[in-house]
Amino acid sequence: MTEVAWGAEAWSEVRASLDRCIKCTVCETACPVAAVTELFPGPKTVGPQAERFRTGGHSPDLSVDYCSGCGICSRVCPQEVRIAELNSRARSELKRERGAPLRDQLVARPGLLGRAGRPVAPLFNWAMANSLIRWAGERTVGIHRKAPVPRSTTRTFSYWVGHHVGTRSARRVVYFHGCSTQWYEPYVGQKVTAILEHNGFQVVIPKQDCCGLPLQSNGLFPAARKAVTKLARQLVPDGTGDLPVISSSTSCGLMLKREAREILGADSPELRSVSARTYDIFEFLLELHQRGELRTDFKPVPLTVAYHAPCQQQNQLIGKPALEILRLIPGLRLVELDRSCCGIAGTYGVKREKYEIAMRVGEPLFADIQAEGPDLVACDSETCRWQISAATGATSVHPLEILHRAYGGS
Amino acid sequence: MNTLDTDVLVIGGGSTGAGVAWDSALRGLHVTLVDRQDFATGTSGRFHGLLHSGGRYAVKDPGSARECAAENRILRQVAADCLEDTGGLFVSTPEDDLEYADRFLAAAGAAGMEIEEIPVGVALRDEPRLNPKIRRAFRVQDGSIDSWKMISALLRGAQAHGATVLPYHKVVRVIRQGDRVEGAVMEDQRTGEEVQVNAGCVVNAAGAWSGQVAQLAGCEVGVRPGKGVMVAINHRLARAVLNRCHMPSDGDIIVPVRTVSVIGTTDHPVADPDDTECSPEEVHQMIEAGELLVPGFKESRALRVWSGSRPLLPKTEGSAGAGDREVSRSHTVLDHGARDGLEGLVTIAGGKFTTLRLMAEDTVDVVVGKLGRGAECRTRTEVLPGSESHRFYWIGNRQQEAETDPPDDPLICECELVSQHDLDTVVARRPSWRLDDIRRALRVGMGPCQGGFCAFRVAGMLHQEGRYGRAEANSALREFVQERWKGVKVISWGAQARQTRLDRWIFEGVYDLEHLPE
Repeated sequence: MTEVAWGAEAWSEVRASLDRCIKCTVCETACPVAAVTELFPGPKTVGPQAERFRTGGHSPDLSVDYCSGCGICSRVCPQEVRIAELNSRARSELKRERGAPLRDQLVARPGLLGRAGRPVAPLFNWAMANSLIRWAGERTVGIHRKAPVPRSTTRTFSYWVGHHVGTRSARRVVYFHGCSTQWYEPYVGQKVTAILEHNGFQVVIPKQDCCGLPLQSNGLFPAARKAVTKLARQLVPDGTGDLPVISSSTSCGLMLKREAREILGADSPELRSVSARTYDIFEFLLELHQRGELRTDFKPVPLTVAYHAPCQQQNQLIGKPALEILRLIPGLRLVELDRSCCGIAGTYGVKREKYEIAMRVGEPLFADIQAEGPDLVACDSETCRWQISAATGATSVHPLEILHRAYGGS
Repeated sequence: MNTLDTDVLVIGGGSTGAGVAWDSALRGLHVTLVDRQDFATGTSGRFHGLLHSGGRYAVKDPGSARECAAENRILRQVAADCLEDTGGLFVSTPEDDLEYADRFLAAAGAAGMEIEEIPVGVALRDEPRLNPKIRRAFRVQDGSIDSWKMISALLRGAQAHGATVLPYHKVVRVIRQGDRVEGAVMEDQRTGEEVQVNAGCVVNAAGAWSGQVAQLAGCEVGVRPGKGVMVAINHRLARAVLNRCHMPSDGDIIVPVRTVSVIGTTDHPVADPDDTECSPEEVHQMIEAGELLVPGFKESRALRVWSGSRPLLPKTEGSAGAGDREVSRSHTVLDHGARDGLEGLVTIAGGKFTTLRLMAEDTVDVVVGKLGRGAECRTRTEVLPGSESHRFYWIGNRQQEAETDPPDDPLICECELVSQHDLDTVVARRPSWRLDDIRRALRVGMGPCQGGFCAFRVAGMLHQEGRYGRAEANSALREFVQERWKGVKVISWGAQARQTRLDRWIFEGVYDLEHLPE
């Protein structure tokens, strides 16, 4: 019961939004998960409909755990019912009552795996590619043997930051890089820093931990709240209290922008402040461009790039700023992939019982990519990139990597 | 004309009549119960659903409080399946006198209620929507009652002990031999056929309509129908019953019953108990009052409004035959033999749903005295059918069951989670000709869409299964939609207005309901 009282105001608002449902069923027709499996009855069914039968304390339904949390339902709802948020809360209640399996505890903490893998990265990467070990991992832990896992690296992003001599400037931004940049893809952070510095910014990169999003999507709310509250404090080092906070991970950016307060009910002065100042990297660059401040000294990039806007980026309701910026690059052939979800939804698709569902969800996207046969697939979200590469064999990159190349980077 | 012989003829199929039928049947009497409509269509099916802890009457009416506290305990033992154990809170809002809270606490203890003062912080933790400005909070044994389940269980129990129950049988004549009532003639409202029931004793359990029934027998019962308006809110705003801790007044109680929160109520004398109109003023007054308990209450989606008529009996009617219990919001058994010199007729008036068992016991004690036979009352310990496991129903039950429904058993009512199998079961058990009767049994059409998506499904399925001819299906559907509209029209704003608009498009745009063939 204390659980509900935490952030009661935000929670009451989400719950009250069920009153706006008129059962039009638009969400059910847009849900990519319900379209491919009967295990998930659909967002209206487990959302505003089932919520009337929940009072906390004892969850009547288990199927809500098959919601991937992609958030498309909330986005398409013409009545602004907070469907995905309702589902997320219901799942957290479920986990609180019944406990979360070790597997969920594990995938919910990317820093834990990152830390464990780093000192022995080659061994870790070999193990993750070894089918026997993966088979054992599926049987014992429940992570599907074919599920995409990132490659570990011995040199973390913070190691690079420690050796990086940044430019000094009166125009400063704070960079929130997230766990995947820290542990798996430090080059993404390096390129973000380079792009921002190229545009005349001094990049402040404070020490930072996980935003708690994977904890949240696995229903582990108390730990998630703790994580995001701590992160918000970390992102306000002395004298940076009014700087833009730039995120290059769409899902983690959304966590800071909205979900921490609206789903978790987390609240602190730092969180409120950071939340209001957080920008997606391309959202920030597009605003610069609209003010005529973005450098456009682009070199041609003679490639065909297929762009997929991930769900969590779409849920930020900022359009597709990456597309608009990439369109400025000469020589680039840009193909917009107009599909809803790749299926992975963070950690959903790595789970043994959900892997097949996630692959079916992503099937239309994968088919488009294979038909197009681009040189690269660009996507703002790391887990989506891993899923797309694993499913199609295509090389996938963050769109800012293409921008970095246009600026003359390698 | 069909003729039936019975020991006890009970007129009225609400909570009181059903309780009397159950009590009489357990005492070995043959009982026949009639109602002019379906069961639980009068006041019993039109109340807020509160299982009283006694708190509401503790200060104002200690006798009623004592009765409620005692009966609450008994019902929890014998009728668990018809109750939800929500618990209740009495809270002192900023507008309530703190001195009343002290009187309340003392009076509740004196009435034998289980009561505990809890810190305000605990109350707010348990009920996040509760007004954070409350100053005191008391936990009591309030609960909620599913009136249809309760009445249905009482009647099934009575039938298992030989009772005959006749819905849609309206009393048209009371049979009198001189100063003695010997039975009544009923007209079947569906077929027009008449049935005569000869009875050793007739019990007038018509509640707010008991004055009308008494008139047929040629005597007066001065029952004063007191109309109370209630509004159902789309979802539960609280887990427990929320009461203002003050002298009872309008709109000071919010009851979580089934999927909704019901706020009640008002009290206006009306001449005709069938007057169920709810004025916009009454509704607004109710909704404004809710703000004190739950801030933001008026932004919540009001789903439906209705009213019921309390069977109030002025003190001048006195009590006879029921012992020396003081006259109050409690009930009164009128022995017309002693009172009017008319033997064979007993009227039970006043009272409330929570005390239905006691009302029945007191009534049947008088009946047994008149008939000169019948055993001791057994309803204190005899468990009702369906409640054998002593498990209270729980709001999540249907959702839990829906999870295990096979795919070939689709939901026909999504709001209240009613499957095709549920519909088939109820229709097979109790054939009925009105969709509204099916609604009461299953809650079809009682959710947010108010029948917009399920009404035509039910009518269509009953037609497909051959239970309805074409004209019957069409008129049943029209009647049902009209009935639902009655409860929605005064609250058509906000989210419910959007729903109503969508429903109208479905009924008029898709089905052209106004012009369906007769």
